[in-house]
Amino acid sequence: MSDVLAFVEQREGEVRGVGREAVSAAARLAEDLGGSTHALLLGGPGIRGHADALGAFGAGVVHVGEAEALAEYHPEGYAPLVADRVRAGDYAAVVFPATTVGKDLAPRVAALVDVPLASDVTALAVEDGRVVATRPIYAGKAFARVVSDVTPLMVSIRPNVFQPEERSADAAVEVFEAAVDPSVWKSRLVEYRAAEGGALDVSEATIIVSGGRGMKDPSNWNLLEDLRDALGDGVALGASRAVVDAGWRPHGEQVGQTGKTVAPKMYVAIGISGAIQHLAGMRTSGTIVAINKDPDAPIFGVADYGIVGDLFEVVPRLTEEVRALKASG
Amino acid sequence: MNIIVCVKRVPDTETRIRIAEDGVSIDPAGVKYIVSPYDEYAVEAALRTRDATEEGAATLLTLGDDAAQETLRAGLAMGADAAVLLRGEGSPDGLATAKGLAAELEDADAPLVLFGIKAADDDQQQVGPMVATLLGRPCVTGVADFDVRDGKAVCHREVEGGVEVVEVELPAVLTITKGAFEPRYASLKGIMAAKRKPLEQKDAPPAEARLRVLELEYPPERPAGRIVGEGPDAVPELVRLLHEEANVI
Repeated sequence: MSDVLAFVEQREGEVRGVGREAVSAAARLAEDLGGSTHALLLGGPGIRGHADALGAFGAGVVHVGEAEALAEYHPEGYAPLVADRVRAGDYAAVVFPATTVGKDLAPRVAALVDVPLASDVTALAVEDGRVVATRPIYAGKAFARVVSDVTPLMVSIRPNVFQPEERSADAAVEVFEAAVDPSVWKSRLVEYRAAEGGALDVSEATIIVSGGRGMKDPSNWNLLEDLRDALGDGVALGASRAVVDAGWRPHGEQVGQTGKTVAPKMYVAIGISGAIQHLAGMRTSGTIVAINKDPDAPIFGVADYGIVGDLFEVVPRLTEEVRALKASG
Repeated sequence: MNIIVCVKRVPDTETRIRIAEDGVSIDPAGVKYIVSPYDEYAVEAALRTRDATEEGAATLLTLGDDAAQETLRAGLAMGADAAVLLRGEGSPDGLATAKGLAAELEDADAPLVLFGIKAADDDQQQVGPMVATLLGRPCVTGVADFDVRDGKAVCHREVEGGVEVVEVELPAVLTITKGAFEPRYASLKGIMAAKRKPLEQKDAPPAEARLRVLELEYPPERPAGRIVGEGPDAVPELVRLLHEEANVI
């Protein structure tokens, strides 16, 4: 068993970036194992149109299941189909993205197929012919390198860590009959409420502007919104636990041990002291910037660049300078 | 309504983690243990649901060793009615743990089984949905709030970009995240009462852990950063560095 399967997540009929990350991660493993890369894409009618493009990320075979009932992720529809594909193949590993969907789906598939699952994996390698997964434990205070005694090893990979790599491969697309019967499902989506203003989720942002207790009052968040707007696309607001617990910001923005773990290209921590639990959620960010009036704040211990000062003076100036930089082309 | 909450004993989130000499486990010296934070939200959810439905018991279940009794007593002190300790070994293999819990839950008369969304030690985020799958029960993960009506749980779950409202038929398994269920503190009276509440011990069926740790490592050190300056006057230099050195803007 040297083939690797990637589960490709789609949303609203478009393949998500994390889907391409999964294919690339699977392709690198398959190459090291000497096997081929398979991808599995489930969605509504027409999703097959997105299958060919996965060849560019290394997929040799793309299995496509189309059905109206599969247009949106539903565990009762998806899990059995993914399990069927896993059993039909001869895989050393199955790669899911560790997104809300992936973290909901992968455990169910692992239980159906009866194999272990390593979640939120940050590195994959082949050693002595078997797959070794590295994953954070204790909120990233340590990392565990794990192996499975049975194949396939299921893994979910942390978003924004495995870079999608273009490599040429012609994907053979195989569309299969997706047998789904929603009438027997026991759960159903009643309503979806998008976050206000269609704000980008913190886990999907390239840059995060994050505020903590130093912001003093919820009404001051316009300072951070201005900075976010000046920085352009792909920027989301984050928050420390303290301001979420105080009711100033929604839990969806919370970064840290009881919030989200993020790894954006840049994380700007404003008025955040840097408690261990907060650092756990953002310490693997590419570039960390800290603005705090306390020179001894622990956040400066992980920051690449810091400014000690009054955020109410520093942040507006930062917004101004960023705008000027962007305007100068 | 009878509700069962699966809880786990984990190191306090403030703890500095040290890798033991064997290289595959952590050094327990000086480690303080707590109920996993997300499990506390689940216990709170169970207590409120029990009280709202006016009958039935909230029972805690954990897979662990003798020391896990203290975790169960903490949940009993919050107000749970009874607890069961399944004596067995935890392992890095969530599916092995799930099988042990599922065997215990198979015949349980509880329309609702709750878990915290993930445990604050291994962060695997898998045992809840695995148990549900093994039991053949529907499962909704990442539930920030729910209430029970007409044989269903109406759940609010956080997803990227928003909130989903999902209805699930009971019996069901839910995994709970931070949201509506801010856990209550145990009162002194609660702590005293906990000592007299039933805590049953049984042996877990032998678990076959098939996911193994080869070694533990510390995270790579970030190279030391620098303070660019003080106050707003340091900003132009910061922006220059971010643009030219770090290439992030």
